Formats: sequence, C-alpha cells, structure tokens
Amino acid sequence: MSDLSIATPPSAAEPDPPGWARNSYLNDGHTLKSWLLTLDHKRIAILYLLSISFYFALGGIFAALIRVELATAQGDFVSPDFYNRLFTAHGVVMIFFFLIPGIPGVLGNFLLPLMCGAKDVAFPKLNLLSWYLYNIGALFTLWALVHGGVDTGWTFYTPLSTGYVNTHVIAVGLGIFINGFSSILTGVNFMVTIHRLRAPGLGWFRLPLFVWGMYATSLIQVLATPVLAITVLLLAAERLFHIGVFDARLGGDPVLFQHFFWFYSHPAVYIMILPAMGVISELVAAFARKRIFGYKFVAFASVAIAVLGFLVWAHHMFVAGISVYAAAVFSILTMLVAVPSAVKVFNWTATLYKGSISWETPMIYALNFIGVFVIGGLTGTMLATLGLDAHIHDTYFLVAHFHYVMVGSAVMGYLGGIHYWWPKITGRLYNEFLSKIAAITVFIGFNVTFFPQFILGYMGMPRRYHTYPPEFQVLNVMSSAGATVLGLGYALPLFYLLWSLKFGKKAGKNPWGAVGLEWETTSPPPTGNFDHAVVVTHEAYDYRPAAPAKEAPVVA
Amino acid sequence: MWQNAPLFPTAASELARHVDYLFFFALFFSIFFSLLIAGLLLVFGSKYRRKGPDEVGVAIDDHAPISKTLEMTWSAIPFALLLVMFGWGTWLFFHQMRPPADAVEYWVTGKQWMWKMQHPDGTREINELHVPLGRSVKLTMISEDVIHDFFVPAFRIHVDVLPSRYTTYWFKADKLGTYHLFCGQYCGVEHARMVGRVVVMEPQAYEQWLAGVRPGRGPIRTGEELFVANACNTCHRPDSSARAPILNALFGKSVALADGKTVVADEQYLRESILNPASRVVSGYQPVMPTFRGTVSEEELLQLIAYIKSLKLPGAEAAPAAK
Repeated sequence: MSDLSIATPPSAAEPDPPGWARNSYLNDGHTLKSWLLTLDHKRIAILYLLSISFYFALGGIFAALIRVELATAQGDFVSPDFYNRLFTAHGVVMIFFFLIPGIPGVLGNFLLPLMCGAKDVAFPKLNLLSWYLYNIGALFTLWALVHGGVDTGWTFYTPLSTGYVNTHVIAVGLGIFINGFSSILTGVNFMVTIHRLRAPGLGWFRLPLFVWGMYATSLIQVLATPVLAITVLLLAAERLFHIGVFDARLGGDPVLFQHFFWFYSHPAVYIMILPAMGVISELVAAFARKRIFGYKFVAFASVAIAVLGFLVWAHHMFVAGISVYAAAVFSILTMLVAVPSAVKVFNWTATLYKGSISWETPMIYALNFIGVFVIGGLTGTMLATLGLDAHIHDTYFLVAHFHYVMVGSAVMGYLGGIHYWWPKITGRLYNEFLSKIAAITVFIGFNVTFFPQFILGYMGMPRRYHTYPPEFQVLNVMSSAGATVLGLGYALPLFYLLWSLKFGKKAGKNPWGAVGLEWETTSPPPTGNFDHAVVVTHEAYDYRPAAPAKEAPVVA
Repeated sequence: MWQNAPLFPTAASELARHVDYLFFFALFFSIFFSLLIAGLLLVFGSKYRRKGPDEVGVAIDDHAPISKTLEMTWSAIPFALLLVMFGWGTWLFFHQMRPPADAVEYWVTGKQWMWKMQHPDGTREINELHVPLGRSVKLTMISEDVIHDFFVPAFRIHVDVLPSRYTTYWFKADKLGTYHLFCGQYCGVEHARMVGRVVVMEPQAYEQWLAGVRPGRGPIRTGEELFVANACNTCHRPDSSARAPILNALFGKSVALADGKTVVADEQYLRESILNPASRVVSGYQPVMPTFRGTVSEEELLQLIAYIKSLKLPGAEAAPAAK
C-alpha cells in the first residue's frame, strides 16, 4: 500500500527542500491504530502533545472563570462553593495534567532519543503505557469534575479533605495516583535511555543541557512520586475506613499530611521547572550560536536543584505550628536552592556576550523566560525568609510567585521549545510575524496578570478568596485584564501552528543553523531517527565558523 | 513616611514595621538583580546581533581563568546576600513567634466559619477582637474542626490554628485603628467569609468598652466550675493521698512520666491529658482517669487550662479568682 503513495509524484508547485523527509515517522502509517499502538517515541510525543494541550485549555478555562469572579470585590459571578471547585480544578488540571507531564511528555519524548543519537527510548512499550496511564488518571479526574468536582484545593489539606468535605476527593486522588505511575515510568525510561543508549562518543559532558535537565527531572519523578502515591492512599484510607492518620479526632496529626504532601509537591515544582531550564539552555545556545557559558556549572546546577529540592519541603509550613528551629533549618536549605538557580541565570546571560544573536521567536521566549524567572526566583527567596513569610505566606504574593515560576517560566520554556523544534517535529515552518506577536503578547499579558498580585499579596489579600475588601479591587481588575491578553497570546499559536501543518513552508534539516544531533537528521525524522550510524566526535554546541567556500563558491 | 502610601498596608506594630524594613531590603536587591539581568540581556542582545547568516558566536574556553572567577563571583555574592536575608529573617521570626513574658493572654477558637474570641475577663466576641493600644496581647488559639489561620495584615503575621494543638499569636499594637482579620488557610466553603476585624483602642476606651459589654465570667472562674462539674476535684486534690497528681503550681514544670520520659506541663500536655489521659501518665500513678473527649468542648478546655494555670500551692496566696 505504501508503494502507491511513494509512487505518487509530489505536488509540482513545491519542490522539497534538502533535508525535508517525505518518508518520515508521520507517514509511517495513517490509521488510528498506527497511532494508538505506536511504539515510536516521536508519535508518543505527539499523543502527549494532543492530551496536554487539551488539559492546558481546560485549565485555562477554569482560570478565566476565576479571573471573571475576581474582577469584582463581591462574590457575584459564581457561588463560593463553585469558586472553590474552580480553583481546585484549575490547580489539579494544570499541575498534574499539564505542567508535570508537559515538557517531559512532549519535548522529552521527542528529543531525548534524538539527542542521544538513539533509535528510541530504552523501553518503548513502557513509554506507550505511561501515556495510557496518564490518560486513565486524567479521565478519573475529568469524571470527578463532571460529577461535581472537588473543593479541597489542589493541596488536599487534612482534616478538611478527610473529614469535612463531601466532594469527589477519592476519585481525584485516584486519578492523581494513577497519573503518578505515568510520571514514574517516564522517569525510569529516560534515566535508562540516558545511561544506556548514548551514541558512541557521546560522553556525559557532551550531552545537550536539555538532557541534563531531563535527567535531573527523572530523578525526582522516580524518587518523589511514590511518596505522593502513599499519601493519597493514606488519605483514602482515612476517608473511607476512618483509619486515623491525619485527623486529630481519630488520633492522627493533620500537619503530618502537609509533610508528606510537600515532600512530593515541592520537588514537583522542580519537575516543572528543570525541563524548562533545559529547553532554555538549548535556545540560548542555538540563537547565540555559541556554547553555553559554564556548561558544567549549568549541568550540575540542574542536579543540585534536584537534590536540594528534596530537603526544603517544610518551607510551605513555616506558620503551621512547626518548631522555630525546624523552620530556620528549612529556611536556609531553601536559600541554598537559589544559588544554583542564580548560577544558571548568570551563565545564560554570559552566553549572550559575544554571541551571534538572532531574535527569532524561540529566542524571544527564552529571553522572556529569563526575565520572568529572575522575578519568580527572587520573590521565592523572600518567601523563604522566615520573617517575611510570616506575612506573605498564603497571600497573593505567593500566588504571584509560583505563577511566575510555573506559568511565566515553565510555560514560557515549553512554548519556546515547541516553537524551536516545531520544524523538526512537523517538517513545517510557521508564520514568523504572528509567532513573534504571540510571544510578545504572552510576555505582556503574563506580567500584567501576575505582577499586580505581588502588590495585592503584600497588602494582605489571602489566596482562595472569591470575595474581598474593596481596596483590593483595582489591582484585581488589572490582573483580570492582563489575563485576557495572556489568553489571547496562548490562543494565537494554536492557529498559526495548525495553519503551518498544511500551508507552512517546508523546513529543511536545520532551519535555525543550530548544532545538535536532532538537526542532523531529516525533518521530520524517519521512524528510526537516523539513516546512518551516529558517532559523536565533538562537544555539545560546537559552533564553528563555516568554511565559506563550501556553501557559496566564489566565482572568479 | 510610606505608611499612607496607596497600595501599601498600614503597619500597626513595631514588629510589622520590622517586616517592612526587611521587605524593602529584599526588594532593593531584587530590583537591582532584575534590572541587571534584564539590562544585560537587552544590551548583549542588541550589541551582538547576528550580522550574517553564517556568523557564529565567539565561545569562551571553560578553562579560562575568567570563567572560574565569574562562576565563583556569581555564586558567592548571591549566597552572601541570602545569608543576610536568612539571618535577619530568622531573628525577626523568633520575635514574631515568641510572645514576651508580660503578654496578656486572650483566647481564640476557630471553627467553620467564624472566630470566637475571649478576653481575660471573660468577655466574648465573635469575629471581632478589641484590644488596648500598647498592650502585648498573646492569643492562645485552637480550632474546633479543620485548620484555620489567624492573619492580620496590619501586624504582618500569620499563624495557623490547628485542630489538635495550641498555637500562639502575639502582637503589641501601637496604632489606633480597625484592621482586617482574615482566615489565611483555606478551610472550606465559606473560607472567604471567615473574616473579621481587630479594633485597637486607647486603653481607657477599651476599659469603657469592656464595661459596656455584658461581662462574661472570667475563664478561670468558669474553669473552676467545670472542674467541679466534671468531678475532676474528686481525684485531683491538693493533698498527697489523692489518686491523681496534684495540679497546684504544676503549669510550666517538668513532669516525670511512667515510661521514664519527662514532659513540660504546658497547655498542650494538659489538653492531651484531659482528652487522652492514658497516653502520658505521670510516674507513680495508675492510668485510671477516664477520657473527657466529647464531654468538654475546645472552649471549655481552654477554660479548664486557664483554671489549672491559676492554681497555686496550698498555703501560697489563693488563686486570683477573676471577677
């Protein structure tokens, strides 16, 4: 059957550019089955792309409703009960079904084998299973949302969640539990891939920094996620069978839940940000055409963040009645995480020095990321400072801070990565003008939405309030207005990226002139990734002045 | 000077102003580093714009001495600044979390979705707390159900209110006014309406206000009645033949337990011993006390504890019964 399609002459109007593959992974079967039962890491990446885009849109709709409610000081748009379900749904969907699987599921799956010079990940079947587990978990959660939702906040604090609410805590918990296995499988798969499937000559310090970022992420996924699974089980046991673990009336300790929960959920923040940092390293190197300054420092900073990330969980609990000495220990440990983060920022900035910088769309996202991440990180150190946290804890200052890190930075990294590798993934170029407009719209919309929330937080507006004193309204209106702009910025790529699939110019092997194994194969790559054996002979980001005679022969 | 600035909350205590100082310090460095990085990105981004399609950047050798110097510099300077923030913040936090010895005790009980306050003289309020200017006020807090959080932005402090353990909030208001009280920990459907106000009054006006409100009985007196009503006094008697430990002058002392450990007889231990007497029995006594879980409410527990705290040794000055 494929003989016929190959025999069909390509459309005469458009000659294929060199490096554009008609015989790509995308054309290796067109049936639904060829997609749903695929073991190709690139197709699984596409499956993830579809799923997480759906959940990103869903979470975005929840956010939009929240911003409508908060545009006025009175609780006049939705009932308090519904509002609580909204922000819970927004948090659960965005964190568990978009941010955590986002970059690893889509970009990690697509690129990790390519960057390692491998044919696929180490365990292709596990890889497919992890996509299915993700969807089963997400479906449980969707079911619960359709049947009334859950109103505990994504943090599920006890004893509220075990003894006081009668919404679908168990169903959502089960969804998160199942989804956790997807996360663990992805982590295991990537770690083994990086250890075992690197091409000959590709030593650890020749790996692209995205791979280092994914390695650090996988480490957290494998080690921390089981703790969440256990916590969810204990929560269910207490809710269903009244086994006293967290509920004081049953002899439990409600604060114990917070220790368990944050032991996973703080490292989970690094699951969201480390892959984005990896993407940024790739973008900065590619669009400065230069090796990342301090490569080893940036690589080890990822590992340091992953390791230290396990030791800071109680900074969410400074005012939860823990000992002041414990608080002091967790405060200083949290400060330590800021150091490798700062090291990364300085190294990216230094990379631009004497670079050959081109302001393409992915680079605009990368610069957006760095700017926004600096603010997110610095406000994080304020929250880690005990005397300040006593005031800004659980206010909009915190809300603004984690949105700067998780939306401003992680989503910016994700979008930057999608724009950078889109020609590789699809073989098509998108509209450059529109994509730049979108990148700038996202930057403006994001800052107008979330910057006022820092001020609101310092003024004392608590999070999770659907109604608030009137003096907070001006800034909330600003925030809601910004969210409209941000939503527009997020929606735009949907149109021009889809458009490019059919009408975009065909991309050659390497449209950006970047260095990296993924750019040495055709766009889109063939099913086995490379049509030749890969041997690596040089460092990552080995940009050298091109020999001029080769490309443009000088006519005497 | 900034106290009346728009978009900035009033500070109504000395410690609140300390939080502001620390915040401005952190803000100064945050703005400095944000502008530094943003500035460098823009300067480098325009100065080193790509000139031709084949141009590449000039890589800097990782082993060049300048690389090492730079890496050390931008690790060490942020770290040093963070240490300052840590030290200052921790010093401040210890003050925020530890009430001074002269603080006057008030009681707060949180429940879905209201705050119940009690003054030293027994006066009760719902969702409002009137306090005199210049008095160190210490709130002993507990929740009847889920975790709440006592948050007054004007005092710049949050403290969680837990359903199993007493926590303490303190402030010394030095500015007259009415301030927001928020529940700072999500606690269910009407969380956003678990709000109230703290009214700081001139001491004289406070006394008048107290006199104008229907006075409740003091918590010590109420506690004493509860002590008798629940027949605690049949065993806990101030003589050595009793079947239960003597409670007089017990509060704050170290107590040897039957399992060889020791515990300080604080609010937490007294509460636990009433609700779950068998858990930590005093050395030399049998675990014969029944539980009072479900019999006495959180507020009654606070009153019982207030009474126990007031008990002096026989022969010493009699317990100062409140009005």
